[in-house]
Amino acid sequence: MIKNDKVLLGHGSGGKLSHDLISDLFVKYFDNQYLNKQTDSAILDLADSHISFTTDSFVVDPVFFPGGDIGKLAVCGTVNDLAVSGATPMFLSAGFIIEEGFPFKDLESIVRSMADEAKKAGVVIVTGDTKVVNRGKCDKIFINTAGIGMIKMHHTHIGEGRSIKPGDKIIINGSIGDHGMAVLSARQELNIQSDIQSDCASLNGLIHNILDVSDGVKFMRDATRGGLATVLSELAEKKNFGITLEESNILVMPKVRAFCELLGFDPLYIANEGKVVIVADCDSAATILQVMQNHELGKNAGIIGEIVEEYPGKAWVNTAIGGKRILDMLAGEQLPRIC
Amino acid sequence: MRFIDEYRDKELVLKLSEEIRRSSTIPIALMEVCGGHTMSIQRFGLPSLLPGTIRLLSGPGCPVCVSSRRYLDQAIAYSRLPDVIISTYGDLIRVPGSTSTLDREKAHGADIRIVYSVMDSLEIARQNPGRKVVFLGIGFETTAPASAAAIISASRQDLYNFHLFSSHKVMPPAMAALIDEGVKIDGYIAPGHVSTITGVSIYRDIAEKYHLGCVITGFEPVDLMEAILMLVRQIEAHDQKVEIQYRRAVRPEGNIKAREMLDEVFEPRDDWWRGLGILPASGLGIREKYSAFDAEKMLSVEVEPTREDKGCICGEILKGLKNPRECKLFAGACTPQNPAGPCMVSNEGACAAFYRYNRYV
Repeated sequence: MIKNDKVLLGHGSGGKLSHDLISDLFVKYFDNQYLNKQTDSAILDLADSHISFTTDSFVVDPVFFPGGDIGKLAVCGTVNDLAVSGATPMFLSAGFIIEEGFPFKDLESIVRSMADEAKKAGVVIVTGDTKVVNRGKCDKIFINTAGIGMIKMHHTHIGEGRSIKPGDKIIINGSIGDHGMAVLSARQELNIQSDIQSDCASLNGLIHNILDVSDGVKFMRDATRGGLATVLSELAEKKNFGITLEESNILVMPKVRAFCELLGFDPLYIANEGKVVIVADCDSAATILQVMQNHELGKNAGIIGEIVEEYPGKAWVNTAIGGKRILDMLAGEQLPRIC
Repeated sequence: MRFIDEYRDKELVLKLSEEIRRSSTIPIALMEVCGGHTMSIQRFGLPSLLPGTIRLLSGPGCPVCVSSRRYLDQAIAYSRLPDVIISTYGDLIRVPGSTSTLDREKAHGADIRIVYSVMDSLEIARQNPGRKVVFLGIGFETTAPASAAAIISASRQDLYNFHLFSSHKVMPPAMAALIDEGVKIDGYIAPGHVSTITGVSIYRDIAEKYHLGCVITGFEPVDLMEAILMLVRQIEAHDQKVEIQYRRAVRPEGNIKAREMLDEVFEPRDDWWRGLGILPASGLGIREKYSAFDAEKMLSVEVEPTREDKGCICGEILKGLKNPRECKLFAGACTPQNPAGPCMVSNEGACAAFYRYNRYV
């Protein structure tokens, strides 16, 4: 078998290759108690308060796509990583790597949409950095954002899912696959006309409402690269519980489904940028669902699965036609550069 | 979604499952010889809906899987030529060659482009007149007509920098060879899309000479379950024959125009199949008339000596003699991230389908 001596596109896919890269390289060398938990943002244990801290880079191609652009995505992505950890996002940094020759009018509209989204999410972009590289040394523009949020002591368990137990319900705030297929449909080489919109959105408002009324949230994660399937198979991995998913309860927009069928993709593995997967205590699930459905970003929220005792460490799907199959992490890249 | 939902109807699938359970008394093994079927069967979890009397086997239906490692090595050698652009369907990009893969060559700077249609390769050739575009033509009677159409089109437009590297194959010789080799099966779940081109006549020998049932079917759960039921009924009644379940797509005479195009561009040649060896007249070579578009004739490269992975049993898996779990490399030394054999890497490969959907059953 051949070992990789170069970085492959698959290392950035969010699937197994990325997972291994993080564990085998970054965690190995950066090794510290905050990073090692591998949560979406680190919770910094300062004297008498808890701070949540995260970073993410954005290289989406094309930079403008139906439903958003790289700037909006860069704000939402980091806001969401903080919010799903149970934190209230507060401050963001923004680092830009720009290709020589990139039109200023495009840069301005990207920066404007970052400002708009930051305002909407109630966060402040407090620091930044810009580098420009020679033509051809990066593709148009890459953005990195880092974010800080405050987290209440009794929410610090959410990122890791320490209190999950059989009987808990799995909830998602709407349809899956919209972002990945919107970006793909915007790529010229496919030449497909479609009006699929990305679901790119900041989820902190919705999550705030949930945490405000219920202490029943056991775990949250935004289902970005690798999709819903990857979140759940990662969640079950090495745990003493299993997960079952009801495929027929998972909403996929007809246009997204049709596009997936055409290209042979499984929507469970397609990226989202405005979807949060919540594991909720059985007794709180109905309340949480109600709160979600009352919010604009949760109108189509539904219970899609359950934590079970059987098959510990594995995630299963009861297929829409009554069969049964396993969910696995994505191997290599399904779609490159969707965020 | 129209034309899909009606074939994914849960009640209908469960009714078919019940009917199969009731009708099946003789233990049988059915083989599908199309990678699309392999993937659907696993994706929808169909084995969990069948009685213990029915065993499903995956045959040599994944074009990537049956192709030789030497083909990959030669494609990799082309990709290292300075003026060549490789264009290919995405499936091939991670298949291991003897010492490299196309995605590793890409990371090293080779110009390799994934396309969804061979016609996109013609466009790449038009836009890069100073370079040679090599399309990796892989697949059975389903994709071969598109490759033929591309060559005809390139010839009309004088696009002499477009070249096809053909690994195209035809299905019937492999289906017959499996039975000749003594693989124990009781019926074929025959490929839907291949049959839209070929029609039913290619399966007649299987039914008449070998007395095996053959049901041509589609790719949705209702299609597959109905085909299994039809095969069960044939076998229980000792009335093995060729039947079409996939009537909405397959006409008995097939697609005559596509076959004419195939015949215009390609001629049969002996070809090597993983697990089966060389089968007479099972491959499609490009006719002399179109040799200007034949990568093998127009580009000379030195190909490294072929090295096969020790312990990989893809060959036996493709013949249905073993299932992926019987391979000692499966899910350990061989995973979709780090595949040892082609059955693990292709989306349609039996090992990949097992790994993704059925690893722990």
